[in-house]
Amino acid sequence: MTTHRGRARRFGDDINTDYIIASSRKKETLDESILKRYLLEAVDPAFAASVRPGDIIVAGRNFGCGSAMEVAATVLLAAGIPVVIAESFARSFYRNAINNGLLAIECETADILEGDPLAVAIDSSGTAIINERTGRWEMRPALGGIAGDILAAGGLVAYLRREGRFVPSAARSH
Amino acid sequence: MTAFPQTISEKILSAKSGGSARAGDVVVCDVDLVLGTDASAPMAIGYFERMGGTRVHDASRIVFALDHYSPSSSPSTKGFHEQVRAFAGAHGVRVYEVGEGISHQIAVERGLARPGMLVVGADSHTVTCGAVNAFATGVGSSDLAAAMLTGQLWFRVPDTIRVVLDGDRAPGVAAKDVALAIVAALGSDGAEYHALEFAGSGARSFSLDDRLVLSNLAVEAGAKAAVWDADNVLEVHLARFGKRGEPVFADRGARYAREVVLDVASLQPTVALPHSPENVLPIAQAPDTPIHMVFLGTCTGGRAADYHEALEVLERGGGRLAAGVQLVVTPASSEVERQLVADGTLVKLARMGATITVPGCGACCGTSGVIPGDGMNVLSTANRNFKARMGNATASIYLASPAACAAAALTGRITDPRSIP
Ligand code: SF4
Repeated sequence: MTTHRGRARRFGDDINTDYIIASSRKKETLDESILKRYLLEAVDPAFAASVRPGDIIVAGRNFGCGSAMEVAATVLLAAGIPVVIAESFARSFYRNAINNGLLAIECETADILEGDPLAVAIDSSGTAIINERTGRWEMRPALGGIAGDILAAGGLVAYLRREGRFVPSAARSH
Repeated sequence: MTAFPQTISEKILSAKSGGSARAGDVVVCDVDLVLGTDASAPMAIGYFERMGGTRVHDASRIVFALDHYSPSSSPSTKGFHEQVRAFAGAHGVRVYEVGEGISHQIAVERGLARPGMLVVGADSHTVTCGAVNAFATGVGSSDLAAAMLTGQLWFRVPDTIRVVLDGDRAPGVAAKDVALAIVAALGSDGAEYHALEFAGSGARSFSLDDRLVLSNLAVEAGAKAAVWDADNVLEVHLARFGKRGEPVFADRGARYAREVVLDVASLQPTVALPHSPENVLPIAQAPDTPIHMVFLGTCTGGRAADYHEALEVLERGGGRLAAGVQLVVTPASSEVERQLVADGTLVKLARMGATITVPGCGACCGTSGVIPGDGMNVLSTANRNFKARMGNATASIYLASPAACAAAALTGRITDPRSIP
């Protein structure tokens, strides 16, 4: 079982990847340790400086919509954000998150407030999201199939180094 | 043959996975065409190397386009180009150079994307290629690397929303107006994890250029793919390349998640207000808004037909740009530019005072070309008007058809193009 503890950082619906990191920033460098200074600047210019490692992004619907640019996932990890919880994700962001080992969890978020202490506990049976302020918790099923295998491997690089190709989950021996 | 009736997406993903794919299934597919750009390939090359890649699976299926930094305006973007060229040279991958055009535009106009194909591109607007009866979808750089390395990618077979286009457009109503209406009808996440399939009497009358616009904007509603039927419009396009592909049709009785019927005949010229493409109003109801920059370009509105549509309005209105308006013209590809040179369009636009830039993405996402000034209002033929999208968070971006953009260039305000005498 892995547990992430961190404080909730609240955002609304339709946080697109350009808001997470502007296309115009990434023309200067792809180095996430620099790009993280501009994290979510279009939404809140003070946000990047306020991030503490372990912070958990909590958003509404359609997180990561827009461009498929992968820095939108990797810059969150570089900023020390291991988990994003949202009511729904755009598919390209969701894939990019899995491929880099960033936890993207779909769950009700309406009653999570900025700063709420959250715990996210993951094991093979599923993921529990616990709001330690309200005591409310929710269980989400474990990610299955190839996506689950990639996440379990720690990302697509590790998965393909091990498997050499995509292996349909049903065909896997374990 | 499969035992159940299938959508176009189910059929293509069945063929490419060698099985019988039903919406919801997870399949591993052979990919026919892999598109990378200067914005996504550098990172993909990094993933490829970390994956242990030493050679690409099939160089003939991979194409890179240097489109987002066209021209390169800094040492860093120059470096991305050099990195892409070096990798491509080492692996025998074709590079479309700076100025040759936007990746998915090139894929369509050069006949690389064809009916029945599975196309993946590390750019969300790869969905544009759905106009040629292909299943085309955007992925990130790591998936791009995986596709280059293995020739395959995994997919969850999407449910399909059938978009029925009823009736014909009224004069002055552009494909862009229809596309914005679809985004507004579905909402910014209304097609998330879904494919769109276009149908209806109106669909058949859409030119290939119109179809590209509708497929392009589908991703603003979250669509994974946006596929058109193979018909005589497509056949005319494909005849230029002497290749037909393998046209795919939905089966009678195929299962759709839902059907959205759009009364095309009732649509009017439309504008999307800042900062979301779903924020759509008929221009007639839009607040009176001054416009400081007009952008004619991108993979949505940068094709020859778009410039013809704009030029018609500009000429009708006397061809004088309003004081204080900058008109920026960036053809989507060198092929578009060549057509516009040949038919005189580009010279006419230049004489009116347009700033004409190198083909590619240009000002679309603030990576190249003209960046709007502080507090400016921009009217653009592009697909996204997110805050800061064009490189300045204080600018406001409005989206409309080429005709409406041309009308605003004449009046300096958001203007219904039908009102230009
Ligand atoms: S023109 Fe704009 S939307 Fe199209 S590929 Fe380029 S940056 Fe993306």
